Amino acid sequence: MVLNIDLVYVIEIIPELLKYLPITLYITIIAMLIAIVIGAILSIILVNKVPVLLQLARIYISFFRGTPVLVQLLMIYFGLPQIFPIFNELGAEAAAIIAFSLNTSSYLAEIFRAGIQSVDKGQAEAATSVGLSYPQAMQGIILPQAIRNAIPATGNMFIGLIKNSSLAFTIGVTELLAQGKLLASANLRFFEAYLAVGLIYWATTFLYSQLQGWYEKRISKAYIT
Amino acid sequence: MIKVSNLRKSFKDNLVLKDISFDVNEGDVVAIIGPSGSGKSTLLRCLNFLEKPDAGYIEIGGESVDVKRVNRAAVNKLRMQTSMVFQHYNLFKNKTVLENVSHALVVTKKMDRAHAKQKGRDLLNQVGILEKENHYPISLSGGQQQRVGIARALAVNPYAILFDEPTSSLDPEWVGEVLRVISKIAKNNKTMLIVTHEMNFAREIADKVIFMADGVIVEQGTPQEVFDNPKQERTKKFLENFNRNNDIKEDSFYPAGYVK
Repeated sequence: MVLNIDLVYVIEIIPELLKYLPITLYITIIAMLIAIVIGAILSIILVNKVPVLLQLARIYISFFRGTPVLVQLLMIYFGLPQIFPIFNELGAEAAAIIAFSLNTSSYLAEIFRAGIQSVDKGQAEAATSVGLSYPQAMQGIILPQAIRNAIPATGNMFIGLIKNSSLAFTIGVTELLAQGKLLASANLRFFEAYLAVGLIYWATTFLYSQLQGWYEKRISKAYIT
Repeated sequence: MIKVSNLRKSFKDNLVLKDISFDVNEGDVVAIIGPSGSGKSTLLRCLNFLEKPDAGYIEIGGESVDVKRVNRAAVNKLRMQTSMVFQHYNLFKNKTVLENVSHALVVTKKMDRAHAKQKGRDLLNQVGILEKENHYPISLSGGQQQRVGIARALAVNPYAILFDEPTSSLDPEWVGEVLRVISKIAKNNKTMLIVTHEMNFAREIADKVIFMADGVIVEQGTPQEVFDNPKQERTKKFLENFNRNNDIKEDSFYPAGYVK
C-alpha cells in the first residue's frame, strides 16, 4: 500500500505560503506592542493597588483570561459594529489586532506585576531614602531589573501569539493559515497544505526561541563582575 | 536639630510607637538600643516616612511636618534631610558599586556625571572600597556591601544619617570593618541615629543613648548614665541579660552582641 502523501507538494507550496507570513508577523508584532503598553499600565495599577482602577483592572484581566480568544475576536469583529455603528469601518485585520492585543495584555499584566514584585522592596526603599521620586526609582532601579525578570515569560506569550494569530482567518484575514486552507481545498491536498503551514509556524517559533535563548544568556551575565 | 514629639504608629491593632518624644543636637551620635520588637526600627523608618506615622511632629534640620496635616511636598522635603543605611544593605543590584553611590547625585541633585563620579570615588575611598568601584553588588561580601551602603547614604549629604541595625545581618567577621567605618564618620560631626545591638560600640561612639522597650523610650542619657547607672528596672534587666550573654560568648553559638 502506498501512502497518499505528496511530500514534494509540501515543498512546492511553501514559497506560495511564505508570501503570507508577513501578514501573520504584522498582526502578531503590532498586537504584541500594544499588549505590552496596556499590560505595563495594568501592572502599575496592580502593583500600586490604585483604588477603583484596581477593581476595573482585575475585571478586565479576569474576563480576557477567562474567555476564549476566538470568542473575543468574534465579539469585537461582529459584535462591536452592532452596538457602535462607528465600528462598521473596522477592518478584519484591525479587529484581529485589537482582540489579540487585549487578550495578550491581560496575561502580560500579571507577568509584569510579578516582574516588578520580584525586585526586592528594599531597593525601592533605598531609592526613596536617597531622595529619588517614585518615577525615578522605577525608571532607574526597579524596571531595568523587572524587565529582565519578565523577559522569559513575555517571550512565551509572544510565541503563543504567533500561533494564536492563525485564528484571524475565521474573520476573513488572509494570513498564513487562510492561504493554506485555500491551497488545500483547491488541490484537495489537505494534509500536505496544513503540514506546510505547520512547518512554517514551527520554523518561525523555533527561530524566535533561538533568538530569545541567545538574548537570555546574554542578559544573565549582566550585573556580575 | 532633630525634634520628635508624640510620635505614634500602629500596625493594625498593634501600637508599636506610643507617643515617642526626643531631641537630637546637631552633630550628635545617638544610639537607640533595646530588645527586638521594641519599635526601634519602626521609629527610624517613621523619621523618613518609609512607614507613615499615625500622629506626632517631626522636625529634622529645619524641615518640619505635623503628621496629621502632611502633604507629599513636605514629606519629600523631610526625606531629603536624611538618608538610610539598611540592615540588608539594599544596594541597587543593577548598578555598579560606583553607580550605587553616584546615581542619586545625577538624578536628584542634577550633578553632571563626571562630577558625581568623582564624588562617588572620594566616598568609596573613605569607606575603603574604591578598588571595587566597577563591580556589581552581588559579587561583594556583606561587609563590603554595607560599606557601599554607607557611602551611598553619605553621598546625598543629608542633615542626618539613619542606621537601621547596620551590622545585624553581617557575618561576625565583617562586623568590625563596618563599625570602624561608622566610627570614622561619627568623628566628622555628622548627625547620626543608629539602631544597634552592638552595646560596646554604642557606648564607645554615642553622645546619647536611647533605650526603648515596648514602644516607649524607657530611659535616655549619656552612655555612662544609661550603661553604668541605669535608673529604670527595665533597662537594668536588659543590660544584665546582655552582659550575661556576652560573658558566656566563648562557648555560646550566639555571636557577640546577640541579645536573647
